[in-house]
Amino acid sequence: MRVVVNGEDRALQAGATVADVVRSLDLEPEARGVAVALDGEVVIRGEWSSTVLCEGARVEVLGAIGGGR
Amino acid sequence: MIPDPLVIAGRELSSRLILGSGGFANHELLREACAAARVEMCTVALRRIGVGADSPAAGRSILDVLREAGVEVLPNTAGCFTARDAVRTAQLAREAFATDWIKLEVIGDDRTLLPDAVELVAAAEELVADGFQVLPYTTDDPTLARRLEDLGCVAVMPLGSPIGSGMGICNPYNITLIVEHASVPVVLDAGVGTASDAALAMELGCDAVLCASAISRAHDPAAMAAAIRAGVDGGRLARGAGRIPRRRYAEASTPMAGLPSL
Repeated sequence: MRVVVNGEDRALQAGATVADVVRSLDLEPEARGVAVALDGEVVIRGEWSSTVLCEGARVEVLGAIGGGR
Repeated sequence: MIPDPLVIAGRELSSRLILGSGGFANHELLREACAAARVEMCTVALRRIGVGADSPAAGRSILDVLREAGVEVLPNTAGCFTARDAVRTAQLAREAFATDWIKLEVIGDDRTLLPDAVELVAAAEELVADGFQVLPYTTDDPTLARRLEDLGCVAVMPLGSPIGSGMGICNPYNITLIVEHASVPVVLDAGVGTASDAALAMELGCDAVLCASAISRAHDPAAMAAAIRAGVDGGRLARGAGRIPRRRYAEASTPMAGLPSL
């Protein structure tokens, strides 16, 4: 299954979840300071492991950066 | 010094300087600036992990630096051009940082980075309805500031001049009008170039100053952080002290009575 993670094409097994994508980015287990959007909609942390991705899904995994003024 | 806290949405902050974390060359300079400016709150932005944002696994992240400095995170919507993007970004920031405070920025174009008033109001309405504590970056238009307050924003953050321009406060008259009519805190946001700009903002009656570029891009960021904090504190004291009116001619401070005939 092909999905797009942070703008890059990725191949994942069918049935992969948002949690699988987050894990694949080598984040710490709690992934503090991380947020995920699936096809433009926010996926709350408690639903990462139950949210199954579809072919062509666009996943954005975001974290903090210095910014402002 | 007598405690004189800044209160936004019921939260007390002892520092009237809020730091923006943009433009620091490395985490160490940010840490030094936080300490020198004695700030309690600092903005951060959201970007793709592995592209813009630190990977939290790859060493210390900006969140670690701020946590160790005892500084709270104020997420922003930097880089958003539409109400839709700003609302989504705010919702993601709430997830990432577990706070319902959002520094709302909706920019009209990337040359001036001036706020887009129409999109800003639309985003603010939606976010207030969604339970956010909204702190909008706005133009120095008193009517727009009042509209933002009326729709439930917990502060208004007018610009002194464009972001990163260092031009100070281009229209002190408008900032005065905003201060006079606001019943939520007014935070001068953008345009500060040096300590005197921050002092002027406070002398005009602003409740706080948000500043990043003037500090992060200074030759010595920590020294400028201390200077701007001193400017904020000095301006606040001067505002409370009540300045003398401006006049066109001199007014002698020494009495003429008793002047000897020599």
